[in-house]
Amino acid sequence: MLKILKYSTYDLLRSRWAYLYLAFFLLFSGGLLYLSGDVSKVVISLMNVILILCPLIATMFGVMYYYNSREFTELLLAQPIRRRTIFWGQYLGLAISLSVSLVIGIGIPFVAYGILHGPEIWNFFTLISNGVLLTFIFSGLAFLIGLKNENKIRGFGLAIVLWLFFAVVYDGLFLLSLILFKEYPLEGFSLAATVLNPIDLSRIMILLKLDISALMGYTGAVFQKFLGTALGMGLSLLTLALWTGLPVWAIQRAAKQKDF
Amino acid sequence: MIEFKNIEKAFGKNEVLQGIDLRFTQTGRISAVLGPNGSGKTTLIKSLLGMVLPDEGSIEVNGQPIRREWAYRNQIDYLPQIARFPENLRVAELLRMIKDIRGGASRDEELIERFGLQPFLDKRLGTLSGGTKQKVNLTLALMYDSPIVILDEPTSGLDPVAMIQLKELIRQEKEHGKMVLITTHIMSFVEEMADEIVFLLDGRIYFRGSVAEIKTQHQAEGLEEAIAGILKGQLATANRSVAPKSALQSIMSHLQTA
Repeated sequence: MLKILKYSTYDLLRSRWAYLYLAFFLLFSGGLLYLSGDVSKVVISLMNVILILCPLIATMFGVMYYYNSREFTELLLAQPIRRRTIFWGQYLGLAISLSVSLVIGIGIPFVAYGILHGPEIWNFFTLISNGVLLTFIFSGLAFLIGLKNENKIRGFGLAIVLWLFFAVVYDGLFLLSLILFKEYPLEGFSLAATVLNPIDLSRIMILLKLDISALMGYTGAVFQKFLGTALGMGLSLLTLALWTGLPVWAIQRAAKQKDF
Repeated sequence: MIEFKNIEKAFGKNEVLQGIDLRFTQTGRISAVLGPNGSGKTTLIKSLLGMVLPDEGSIEVNGQPIRREWAYRNQIDYLPQIARFPENLRVAELLRMIKDIRGGASRDEELIERFGLQPFLDKRLGTLSGGTKQKVNLTLALMYDSPIVILDEPTSGLDPVAMIQLKELIRQEKEHGKMVLITTHIMSFVEEMADEIVFLLDGRIYFRGSVAEIKTQHQAEGLEEAIAGILKGQLATANRSVAPKSALQSIMSHLQTA
């Protein structure tokens, strides 16, 4: 698998997209740090960008890469290699190269700013690790969409719908249901609904880390109470791990049953 | 040894293979798998490589069922029908990559020489002509000295010089005691090279035997006529209202142009 991983990473690093992605984060986080100078504020601004952009890029780039590397995949399928090795290798190559762009793009400005010696290092670390996790989750889902759909147009459509759903529609439905059922106690429901969406979960985890949950009012207090406990933190980490693991497992399953 | 046991495969409603029983036991022999377009040749070959998973039946290579296995592909050299490569890779990079992934000894240099590919090694695969791509395809497929050689339409796009090279290469493989399976639409190629013919029609084996046998059976001078005779007879016995004339014509014209 390492060899497949090596070649797909190499292939991706040769394309302009990886550099564009890197350059965007470099400029954006560098610019924000330069302009504001307050690390906490920059982390929050970056959080909003990462929570939207990482899933979007991972999903779109993921399907694109899957369809673009079909020829290579077909070539590999006739070789004495396990199917899951081929697809896991390609998926990891994609997720890792996107993550590397993200970590370097945000890391360089922050390190240059002196984050490593400041008290904010953990906030920064939470931000980065959530970005990386989201990249892994959504590129896995994108690969799964590619595997399940021979038709490129349909695959791209589904990928956009997937991203829209988790980044936008989900929150809308969530808020709507909160308003509709405001007569009832909703702590349990809102906790569950948040935990089930990886983007929302990441957002809450970063916000709580920043100790600004007071800004979120009553809900913030509920989350603080839940996620502040070992059980709560463990549960949310478990959910994120599940979100990362499930697509990997599903890729293996889909690859096993597919005709090429 | 290769054995297909009652292989069935449908893509949606299209039943491509409908119970194929086939055994290849002899080494040092060239078998040609023939049949009109859509008769299931490529599906049969792809299922042997585990790329297509049959709905029914099992396939064994050297006595071992291949389902969910992968290491047996070390025994097989496979030439895919349509050479599809990553467009932005160079020829040399692609060869190096496959060698790196597969490992073991390879004879790519000998094949590069044979097909005269040296001037193209630094070219990107997307810029190559169809014939050159097919030569790269052949080099990739044959650079490992495996006991089973499967060639899906090896002649497509080749110029006469490369064609002669290919024939020579295939004869060499045969002499080295390999089991060679070829699909093609070029009947002269089959007459010249094949020891036996497996004729597929509508996902079933219609005929298996030597070139001479098929000719005497259908009282034809050449193989082309014999095959055309089979197809004509098949269509005549089929329900006339279902088998339109144009289908027959298209098959005939295809055989003539091939």
